[in-house]
Amino acid sequence: MTSEETADRIERRREGLSHWKWLTGVWLILTAIIEPVIYFLIWPHLPPGNMTSSARGAQFDMMVLTMIAAPVMVAVLAYFAYALIVFRHPKGRPLVDGPPLRGNLRVQTAWITITSAIVMGAFVFGTYELIVPAGAGGAEGPSPIWTPASHTELPVQVIGQQWIWTYRYPTFGGFETTQLMLPNNTEIAFHVTSLDVIHSFWAYQLGVKADANPGVDDVAFTQTNQLGRITVRCSELCGIWHGAMYGYGEVVSPSAFETWAKAMERRLAPATRLLPPFAWTYTPSANGAGGGYYPQTDPYYDKTLYDQGRSGPEGNLPALRVEKSQRVG
Amino acid sequence: MPKAARLALALGIFVVAVALAVIGAMAYLRSNPPNVDYAAGHQSGQPVHLTIQTVGQIGFGAHPSWVSYLALAPDGRWVHSTLWQLPAHTLVDVTVYEYDTGGPLRNQVFGSVSGVIGDDYVLNGKPVRLLDSNSGNGVAHTFSVPALGINVPLWGVPSSAKNICAHAPCSFSSVHNVITFSFRTPGPGQYHWQCLIPCGAGFLDGNGGPMQSIGYMGGFLKVVDA
Ligand SMILES: [Cu+2]
Ligand SMILES: [Cu+2]
Repeated sequence: MTSEETADRIERRREGLSHWKWLTGVWLILTAIIEPVIYFLIWPHLPPGNMTSSARGAQFDMMVLTMIAAPVMVAVLAYFAYALIVFRHPKGRPLVDGPPLRGNLRVQTAWITITSAIVMGAFVFGTYELIVPAGAGGAEGPSPIWTPASHTELPVQVIGQQWIWTYRYPTFGGFETTQLMLPNNTEIAFHVTSLDVIHSFWAYQLGVKADANPGVDDVAFTQTNQLGRITVRCSELCGIWHGAMYGYGEVVSPSAFETWAKAMERRLAPATRLLPPFAWTYTPSANGAGGGYYPQTDPYYDKTLYDQGRSGPEGNLPALRVEKSQRVG
Repeated sequence: MPKAARLALALGIFVVAVALAVIGAMAYLRSNPPNVDYAAGHQSGQPVHLTIQTVGQIGFGAHPSWVSYLALAPDGRWVHSTLWQLPAHTLVDVTVYEYDTGGPLRNQVFGSVSGVIGDDYVLNGKPVRLLDSNSGNGVAHTFSVPALGINVPLWGVPSSAKNICAHAPCSFSSVHNVITFSFRTPGPGQYHWQCLIPCGAGFLDGNGGPMQSIGYMGGFLKVVDA
């Protein structure tokens, strides 16, 4: 190697080092700005809010993962901008090939180590958060492994059917309604099931999402800690009206909930008597759904409507007066 | 003509042809089922009369064996459509002629009447708040608008009757039930309505076919500013 070549290498190395210093400086400053912004300003606004323990947990996880991802993104964008500005080919200077790239063990080792640490860290953190805090609002199947410590949950059964959600409250006589009402500051155990195809119960503000499978009691826990409105959507494509399969609910004070539930229990008692006894799953075909003839007395029997038309195939005795505007055919 | 101009012309013709094809296809797809307009010429303050019928089999068209709803258009024709245009903030007096046989509900909760004015509806002259579909003729269909909280179960006709309607529109000579109720339309918007009984016989869970086809067991209340 000639002394000229050695001097050139040293010169390039010095130049490279100063690029590193600049880039690291820019990156450190930007990171020092963006991390507190995420922590203090963005965290409280991250979805899905903090209406429940599981929503708050999801929000915390989003914050942590955003704070891990932000410095990486800042580094990429800072390098991109730096390269565009500093490594620009000067006008008028002849175009020459750059120095050949050779392996650099230190850079490669650092690269693999740091990226692996970030990805593995996010993986371990995410997995822990998904499972350990009482299932994190996700469904845990019929025999949940992670349950809340209190064991005084309010069970709420969520029934999906094409294309509407209904809710049964087993501790209030098992009444069923299309309204989802929950008491505040209460541990809730959602028992999600379906009467037909697979649906998915997604109560956005609660941070709860659980598949609704026919014949399966899918359990998800959460603890309410804020009053407010809930949006429920089906998040499993389930047919033509899947997009219309949404509804609203509310988290109310425990006393308001108690009043509502007791009133509903009383008001819906006649309807509740017609429901199958409360169970964690239902077999729809067992109740003969799909039609059948019941030869018992018909409480709505009306002789004029049912019988008069029998006198001929077209019926020469119309049971009702057919007004001109209503004439058929 | 220069080459660039020729190219631009060809490209222009191509774009117009594609646009026409797309517009034509959309117009065709949107033409059926037709909109039944109860809002046109509506006098504000006056109720709208919505007369509909449910039939066990439509008897014509692409799926003659399917169950269906039909609506009596303001001009007195029965129209095979489930898209009904209604004026906003208006009382709607509904009369349903129900011609289909019934059975037990898959979910008995839909035997309850809800969302209608007065909480009751009238079935063959009797006020009703709750139907027990496990007895008698059972429930044939429901008229349900989830966003408005409306659920009206439609009592079935006896399947032993000899004059069950087999071809729509059905006339009063066929066995039927008469259901009347009223509701008030909200502000403008498209409100999906459907039957909540899996009445698509022969399809998975009874929820295919007519249950998944606009024009049969589901549609929209198109509420517009009058
Ligand atoms: Cu669904
Ligand atoms: Cu139906």
